[in-house]
Order: sequence, then structure tokens, then C-alpha cells
Amino acid sequence: MNLLKISTNNLKDKPLTTSLSILLMALGIAIISLLLLAGKQIEEKFTRNVAGIDMVVGAKGSPLQLILASIYQIDSPTGNISMEEANRLTRSPLVKSTIPLSMGDSYQGYRIVGSNEKYLTHFQAEFATGKVFSKAMEIVIGSKVAKNLTLKVGDVFSSQHGFDKEGQAHKDKQFKVVGILKTTNSVLDQLMITPLESVWAVHNEHHEEEAGKGANVLKLLEDDSVGANSIRPVQEDSKKITSLLVKFRNPAMGMMMARSINQNSTLQTATPAIEINRLFALLGVGVDALKWIALVIIIVSGLSVFVSLYNSLKERKYEMALMLSMGGSRTKLFLLLLLEGLIISVIGFIIGIFLSRLGLWIMSENVEQNFHYDFNVLSLLTEEFYLFLGALFIGLLAAAIPSLGIYKINISKTLADE
Amino acid sequence: MIATQNLTFAYTPEKRFDFPNFSCADRETILILGKSGKGKTTFLHLMALLLKPTGGNIQINNQEISQLSVSQAANFRAKNVGIIYQKPHFVHSLSVMDNLLLANYLAGKNQAKQMAQQLAESLGFSEHLSKKTTQLSQGEQQRVSIARALMNKPSVILADEPTSSLDDDNCLKVIDLLKKQIQEIGASLVVVTHDQRLKDVFEKRIEL
Repeated sequence: MNLLKISTNNLKDKPLTTSLSILLMALGIAIISLLLLAGKQIEEKFTRNVAGIDMVVGAKGSPLQLILASIYQIDSPTGNISMEEANRLTRSPLVKSTIPLSMGDSYQGYRIVGSNEKYLTHFQAEFATGKVFSKAMEIVIGSKVAKNLTLKVGDVFSSQHGFDKEGQAHKDKQFKVVGILKTTNSVLDQLMITPLESVWAVHNEHHEEEAGKGANVLKLLEDDSVGANSIRPVQEDSKKITSLLVKFRNPAMGMMMARSINQNSTLQTATPAIEINRLFALLGVGVDALKWIALVIIIVSGLSVFVSLYNSLKERKYEMALMLSMGGSRTKLFLLLLLEGLIISVIGFIIGIFLSRLGLWIMSENVEQNFHYDFNVLSLLTEEFYLFLGALFIGLLAAAIPSLGIYKINISKTLADE
Repeated sequence: MIATQNLTFAYTPEKRFDFPNFSCADRETILILGKSGKGKTTFLHLMALLLKPTGGNIQINNQEISQLSVSQAANFRAKNVGIIYQKPHFVHSLSVMDNLLLANYLAGKNQAKQMAQQLAESLGFSEHLSKKTTQLSQGEQQRVSIARALMNKPSVILADEPTSSLDDDNCLKVIDLLKKQIQEIGASLVVVTHDQRLKDVFEKRIEL
């Protein structure tokens, strides 16, 4: 027999009211915690993938799209740029290093990215099996691709045009898996990396074929615009890439270079940090609204605790007077009632945290199917500790206000009245 | 033992009670009879230290208790006085056993599960110990509240109309049990009632 036992029994005695209070608390906590988790994970993913890249150069279009496509591999590329222009940029003294990327094909929904070994070293990738590609049509695959498509070293496959599973297959050219990477927790895990030459090889024949059929109007239009740019030598015409990841020697000087590229060429530059901040600012409005809703739910849960304790205190006035007459101090009984609010908060918090993990897991399954982005579910955030304190505070406050009535009970009168 | 001298209490200057003197030794019983409005419950609450007297003295175990502070009084009451109310009231979310142990817990004593078991057996509700109090009949509930009053082995048992809600059969049974129990723990028993049925079962009685 102790206070905890009495208060848990009191809570069990009115299961509906108690469940309602716990449910409301849990919902509020779950929503806030889910927002925190998702926000944190997205931010982590976004910053980890962006590390070491100061600027992305690509064809004119939306800078956000360029960043999403080139760094996070989740949007379509803006268009192509010529390798020659890219090389000219790379030779600039302001530039420390560049990584060319060429995208547009996929296999079973996973993107094939034409690049070079520098792209792998950029993510500090290590090989689980096999080795790096040494010639065209050899391909290295990310850990998740290998796992989900059960590919192994030595397997061959042909790519599909576009990013859909239903895309038209390039049947004549086959890729050969030469290496499988260890998990890097970056975008690399869901990519297949091949030398740029492979992409050019696949698409050279592909273009001729398509031009003959007149099948891909967009592609033809693109080729026209490139053709209009007469400075480039003809033999370089097919050597196109999608974008170029740039690291500067001095980022401040680099910004000046970016401005000059934007003004004086057909290329555009995008700064990952700026674009991602813009994206987060756009998302932030929705996230804020959800946070407010969650906060309101938590406060309603507090109100529910308040009302249920207030009502039960009226019903239990005699019970309280009885315990007082049996030697219980008012402070002890006050604590007893506080404990009821506290227990609701704690159980609500635990269920809420569990629900948020469940929600994140469902979300992650969903996102993984559509974007091949995964979330790591189990970590407990420091923000959630503050959330816990907040939940305790609301539970205690909601319990404390009606429980102060304990100090006003007239023992003799209450006992004599009934 | 319990004794009072010149005990008075006033709710308002007009509504004022003077109570007769009496004393009740250990293992002795006394019946205080009175009609409604004569201040029976007030008298009992004064003895139980739930009210502070306007004048006069009360001794329990030869200790003067009328001047104790509120918290001293609560402490003294918990350890030395067992109270049985007219209607048996319990903490209704707790089981019968837990309601008995609650008396120990609130008085700050060790929780005597064995004693609760024994009391339940001698008062005849041992098969109901794990039930909720609301599942018991009125007579059973009154027996549980007697057991609860005995849990801390008090020196005085105060009973406020313990039999008014019981039928004749249960009424005499309850008084019998009470008398037997106080003999065992060596306490004094003060019964306050308007129940005329009890007139003949008590040798010592005063009327208000």
C-alpha cells in the first residue's frame, strides 16, 4: 500500500476517462515527436549529402531542382551541359575539385549515375566486394541497391531510359556489376555508379535510334538547342553531362565566380546551402502548423485530466476526508492526486513516443518505395527529453489546480454530512 | 481509556453544546444515547480530535489531548483512535484488503497483512478480501470498517451509529463482534447512537 498504488487504482477505476486523457496526451506527443524525428532525419540526410559541395553547375532551370537532382537524386535533372564547358570550369584556379555527373537512366527504379572515381571517394565509400570500375559499361552499386535487387558482382543487366521502372530498355548495351559498396548512409547507397563513358556509349546509339523513330521530342529539342551553340567542336557534341559538383579553394571567391557564370553563360549555378534553406523555409510553414495543432491536443489532454480530477474530487470528497481522519496529511493526499496527473503524462508520453516511431517507420517504408530514401527509426532525441518535461509539466499543472481543493476540505463537516 | 470533563463546543454563540462528563476504562464499553440534534456526532468528533473543543478536557491513555495542534492531533488520532462511521465508507478503488492496510499506511505504521487476515477471519469476511468494497453487503461492509478501526490496535474505538443501517440480526452481531475485539486488544469502546435496540446490550450508558 502506497500512494502510487492508490493513484493507479483510482485511474483504473475510471478506465474511460483515463484512456481518453492518455490518448490525447499520446497523440500530441506523437505528432510533435514525429515532426522532430522526421525533421531531424531529413536535415541529417540533407546535410550529410551536401557536405563538401560548394556549388552545383548545370543547365538553366530551377536551382532547387538542380540541387535536388544532382545532390539528393530525387528530382529530374534540368538538362544537359557540354563536357567542354565543364572542363573549362574545372581548370579555373578558384576551383579545388569537381565531380561530373550524368543522369537519366535507371534500373528497376534505381538511378544509374555516370561519374568518376572521385564521386565514390567524395562519400568515403568502401567496397564490400569487388572493385572500382576500370572501363565503360562496368558498374559499381550502392549497398541498398545490391540488397533490394539482390545483385552481385558479375551480374549483367541493361538499363532503362528515364527513372520509371517502366522506362524503355537499352537492350543492346549491358552493364556488368564489378563492385558493391558498403553502406555509407548517404545518397550513394541507393545509386549505381558507372564511368561517364558508359552513359555516352548507351546514349549515342540510343539517340540515333530515337531520332530515326522520332520518339523522343524533348530529347530532340534539347539536341537542337545544343546544336545552336556553334562554338563547340562537333566531335565533342555527344560528350554531355548533367551537372558538375564543385568545391572551391575559397568559398567567398567562389561566390563571385558563381555570379559571373550565371550572368555570362548558358549554365546556371546553385548553392546547396541556399537552396536547402529555401526548401526548409517552404516546408517550415506546414511543420509549424502541425506543431501548433499538436500543442493544442496536448493542452486539451491537460484539460481532460483537469476535468476528470475536478469531478472525481467532488465525488471523492468523503473519501478524502476519511483518509485525512485516518491520519493522512493534506500534503500526502495532494501528492496522491498529483501522481494521477503524472502517471497519465508518463504513460501518454511513452505511448506517444512509440506511436511516433511507428509513424516514422510507416512513412519511411513509403518514402523508400517512392524515393529510395530511408529513415533511421530508433534514436531518442534531446528535444524529446524537453517534450517529456513539457508533458510532465502539463500533467502536473492540470492535476494541481483541482487538487488544491484538498486543502479546503473540512474533515468533521464532510464526515458528519453523509 | 478515555475521559472527558466539562467538554463544550460552539458552532455559533447560539448553537452551543455542553457535554456530560464520563470516563471509560480499558476493555470497558459505554453507550451514549441521544436523539438527532443533541450533538452526538459533535461529541464523537471532539473525542476523535476532528473538532477542537471550545472548553473542557479530554484524556486518552491519561494524556491530555484537547490542546494538541492540528498535525499532532492527526498523528495521535491515527495511532490511538479507531473510528467507525454510520455508513461504512471506503476508498472505493481499492480492495477490502488494501482498505485495511490503508489504515496502517496513513498512520505511518508497518502494513500488517497477517493481522488483516486474522481480523477478516474472526469478523467473517475473509473470502471477500480481494473484492472491491462495493461488492459487499451493508452488514459485511460494516464489519470491514470495524476491522479497519482495529488495524492500528488503538486504545479507543469510537463508533458513530454503527448499527443504524443494519437489521436486528446484524445489529446485535456487530455489537458482539465489537465487544469481543476490544477485549482482545484492550481498548475502550464508545458507541454514540439513537438506536434504542442497543439500550439493553450496554451496562454503562449516558443520555444527551
